[in-house]
Amino acid sequence: MYRSHVLVCGGTGCTSSGSTKIIETLQAEINKNGLKEEVAVVQTGCHGLCALGPIVIIYPEASFYAMVKEDDIPEIVSEHLLKGRIVTRLLYTEMVTDDGLKSLNETDFYKKQHRIALRNCGVINPENIDEYIGTGGYEALGKVLTEYSPDQVIQTILDSGLRGRGGGGFPTGLKWKLAKGNDADQKYVCCNADEGDPGAFMDRSVLEGDPHVVLEAMAIAGYAIGATQGYIYVRAEYPIAVDRLEIAIAQAREYGLLGKNIFNSGFDFDIELRLGAGAFVCGEETALMTSIEGNRGEPRPRPPFPAQKGLFEKPTILNNVETYANIPQIIINGPEWFASMGTEKSKGTKVFALGGKINNTGLVEIPMGTPLREVIEEIGGGIPNGKKFKAAQTGGPSGGCIPASHFDIPIDYDNLISIGSMMGSGGLIVMDEDNCMVDIAKFFLEFTVDESCGKCTPCRIGTKRLHEILDKITNGQGTMEDLDKLEDLCYYIKENALCGLGQTAPNPVLSTLRYFKDEYVAHVIDKKCPAGVCKALLSYIIDADKCKGCTLCARICPNGAIEGKVKEIHLIDQSKCIKCGACMEKCRFGAISKR
Amino acid sequence: MKSLEELKAIREKMQGQIGIRNESSDQTRVVVGMATCGIASGARPVLTALSDAVQTKGLANVSVTQTGCIGLCQYEPIVEIYEPGKDKVTYIKMTPEKAQEVVEQHLIRGHIIQKYTIAEVLG
Repeated sequence: MYRSHVLVCGGTGCTSSGSTKIIETLQAEINKNGLKEEVAVVQTGCHGLCALGPIVIIYPEASFYAMVKEDDIPEIVSEHLLKGRIVTRLLYTEMVTDDGLKSLNETDFYKKQHRIALRNCGVINPENIDEYIGTGGYEALGKVLTEYSPDQVIQTILDSGLRGRGGGGFPTGLKWKLAKGNDADQKYVCCNADEGDPGAFMDRSVLEGDPHVVLEAMAIAGYAIGATQGYIYVRAEYPIAVDRLEIAIAQAREYGLLGKNIFNSGFDFDIELRLGAGAFVCGEETALMTSIEGNRGEPRPRPPFPAQKGLFEKPTILNNVETYANIPQIIINGPEWFASMGTEKSKGTKVFALGGKINNTGLVEIPMGTPLREVIEEIGGGIPNGKKFKAAQTGGPSGGCIPASHFDIPIDYDNLISIGSMMGSGGLIVMDEDNCMVDIAKFFLEFTVDESCGKCTPCRIGTKRLHEILDKITNGQGTMEDLDKLEDLCYYIKENALCGLGQTAPNPVLSTLRYFKDEYVAHVIDKKCPAGVCKALLSYIIDADKCKGCTLCARICPNGAIEGKVKEIHLIDQSKCIKCGACMEKCRFGAISKR
Repeated sequence: MKSLEELKAIREKMQGQIGIRNESSDQTRVVVGMATCGIASGARPVLTALSDAVQTKGLANVSVTQTGCIGLCQYEPIVEIYEPGKDKVTYIKMTPEKAQEVVEQHLIRGHIIQKYTIAEVLG
């Protein structure tokens, strides 16, 4: 038994900032100080505050050390662990106040969060099934198998109001009910862990921090619909998640929590992993199942829906990682508990990956209905460098922008759709006044052009044409007619594409056209990019009054575009300038500006 | 594992240990002085005895932590118990055995062991 636990984040974020090395050094220092028998070092999943990694938390004091370096370890061990003196200089600054230390749960980042799906992330060692059981793990499965009929399970999920967290928001209980209603000799339960939106990492963090919750929930789903086999489709680019899932599956089998006759109930269930090669379209349900079958990941027309004919033509349910992560808690605490959180039609909480122009980059879980302003200004810590909020992008390449005029909107499925965006899987990218919205639309279209599988023409050719028009506009060659064409084409693709990827691909264009038409017009009519991003529309100019003739800019210019002699006013040759901005950054007199 | 009882047994065993990672403001805090004076007079075995006993008994609402010099070096090892809404209790010249008693009597049953407290010993 240990008197103190040192938790070190082993999520992808902290691992890339060196947490593995931190663990080794901690262990070495602890051994050196003879504390091996008293202090345990535990590698956990993500704590959410990825911007401050590597993160080390020491219990029972709950001291949250941020951006810990290897050199800091000896001090932490000898001061905190040996002598009980908290190393204040390394604490998360939010915790340190004038009247002593604030608890972590009272900091702005954590105060407004409500963790259900992320309940165990950053708290338990994901590679140890006993720790999961210690927090109540597999109790829901035991309860369901010994006390509930499959119909009761489905009714519980229906009553909770849980909706799919992958983006579509389809009621989970209804999905299960439909699959149960179809008779077949074999049914399947699948988990969609093919998280593909740029900047989204919610599912990865759940898999890395709490893999057993997904296994438990899938077994519950299997019991509810009458399936004995499950598949988790996870992308191979998530090596830590894959490792931990493999460990978790092996441990669950060893404990008899997967396999034959679970809890003596006569119910059999097993799970296998399938690794995806990273194609975005494989996150679409029919393409995902085609890929599990061993074929090229291409979507197929619906109907038949997966609940009728899914994987290997058998009734199948496919839920997202975060959806599953909610299930055991709903069983344990009851559907009323879950339904008491959130808004009328969106119950519970939602995990968001905050990224872009925001101080607290990381992972947050908030009750549905929390206003966007609260998420960005309070939990997210606002926008760096005092810049102004321009828009938030949700739903990745399938979603849209929320402009500043809707800054106070309570986040839920229906509200976001009503303003032309969508919940999506939970990526939330914040943009400030330095982001060009036409350029953002172009970025997402570039992504969908790359990721379109090519099966249907509207998507394969349509997205390409959309991208070409956007490219033309950002190069200053667009016409007003192009804007109309752009919009027409968007609606055409939406109506005619085969699967979700194509049907939603125009959304980034449509929503930026809706809220930021003036920026498009500025590119077309004035040949100007108001945010100063589109290079073709920029020119760098030297202010003759401020230039001292120091020659620094001429020396730094990579293309020899600046002319001028010592102590003479310099001049930029616009035909040679490649608009890299190096001269503006270097000028010590603020004489260079972009227009 | 074939039964719910076995699952429950693992849960109870682990609960005490993971309970150390809880954080709530209405916790009872057991603080052991672990400066040079405390360590020299044997505070470490006291600290581990307290921590082990609290985890074994599954006292989820008790946290055992350490602090620096309390200022009464000649009476170390010192253990202070802060219960929400109550006066602080200070035990002095502790040993692992006395610590066990404190867990049994004070933390579980709520009886302060007067004979070990600073008020009683110094009279």
